[in-house]
Amino acid sequence: MQKADALVPVSAYVARAALGRLAAEGSVKVSETEPDWAALVIRVRDHGDTQAFAALFRHFAPRVKAFLMKSGAGAALAEECAQDVMATLWQKAHLFDPARASVATWVFTIARNRRIDTLRKARRPEPEDLPWGPEPEPDQADAFELAEDTRRLGEALAQLPEKQRALIERAYFGDLSHTEIAAETGLPLGTIKSRIRLALDRLRQSMT
Amino acid sequence: MTIRHHLTDALLMAYSAGQLPEAFSLVAATHISLCDECRARLSAFDAVGGTLIEDCDPAAMDEDSLTATLARLTGAPARPRQVDRPARGLFPAPLRDYVGGDLAAVKWRPVGLGVRQAILPTAPGGVARLLYIPAGQAVPDHGHRGTELTLVLQGAFRDESDRFGPGDLEVADQGVEHTPVAEADADCICLAATDAPLRFNSLLPRLAQPFLRM
Repeated sequence: MQKADALVPVSAYVARAALGRLAAEGSVKVSETEPDWAALVIRVRDHGDTQAFAALFRHFAPRVKAFLMKSGAGAALAEECAQDVMATLWQKAHLFDPARASVATWVFTIARNRRIDTLRKARRPEPEDLPWGPEPEPDQADAFELAEDTRRLGEALAQLPEKQRALIERAYFGDLSHTEIAAETGLPLGTIKSRIRLALDRLRQSMT
Repeated sequence: MTIRHHLTDALLMAYSAGQLPEAFSLVAATHISLCDECRARLSAFDAVGGTLIEDCDPAAMDEDSLTATLARLTGAPARPRQVDRPARGLFPAPLRDYVGGDLAAVKWRPVGLGVRQAILPTAPGGVARLLYIPAGQAVPDHGHRGTELTLVLQGAFRDESDRFGPGDLEVADQGVEHTPVAEADADCICLAATDAPLRFNSLLPRLAQPFLRM
């Protein structure tokens, strides 16, 4: 197991950042394919892999910071909270289940809870954890199909009429009170729900 | 447990987005603990939040941000643990947290006609309470101006329109006239949440403003 030593991952991080800059300038071609974020979280979980963590940090921390600033946090507070969220990702990597959420979705739930703690100074009661079944490793096919569903959800969101998309954003960025939220999203949520429901049914069966 | 009455999409989305008053979140979390259908629906709404995070234009992090975060990571990530389940009581975990235990730990107060209640500590913006209604007894009028959520934990009640058994959640919007009555064969225990009365809504934030800089 690697130690949380800053030297190796930082140099990797700097190299990647440099590569990103070169790519932006058009001098280096970088693959368009999304990295497999779930595999990186698993590497953090199983090996304490700081390079995997650095790659996750580089992608998600700036987005979490932007999310928190859109929710009304100042830049300094958003920076601090984004670091907290990423540290939580490291510490709670064992709770990540790719058959039930994408990494982005899981990061969102951590960031949302941090926002409620910090900005609203309230608690958010969480549903009871589901106990681990005898087979804690999720099915690869389930995880793959959920990732596909989530990708399609992203496409559908991008294609929504601007007005409707803006309403959804305002709800999630904390700009609408609960009484103003209407859940008619026009988004393909049924497939994700059904897939997760099946996974939960299997988990329940394995527990009995 | 066959659950027939669920959280609405609007409530689930608001819970996912983190926009519910704490009292409503407690009822939502308790219902979801009992209801895999709503747990799966919540996951779908969480996926919307994930998609929005993914689409955010990245904000620049401080220069030493990653180094600072790595320096805070003390030791390896926690290992998965086989959690020892506490002996299954009546209350799911989120409700146990607020009560400080299961049914035996509730500090009931009589409110008349054998009905008892216990107010649970939540942030302003809503009130959460446990209700104990003797078998056959009608729920006394507890006038709500906004939305009222009522989750059955034990027994059942009926109103003019339907029956609500263990795990069922009734969502009563303002203006709904109903007289729930506990069924005759068992005492009924519910978790209920209402929007706070308006006078609290307007007064408290005003008093708090100078101190909290809201």
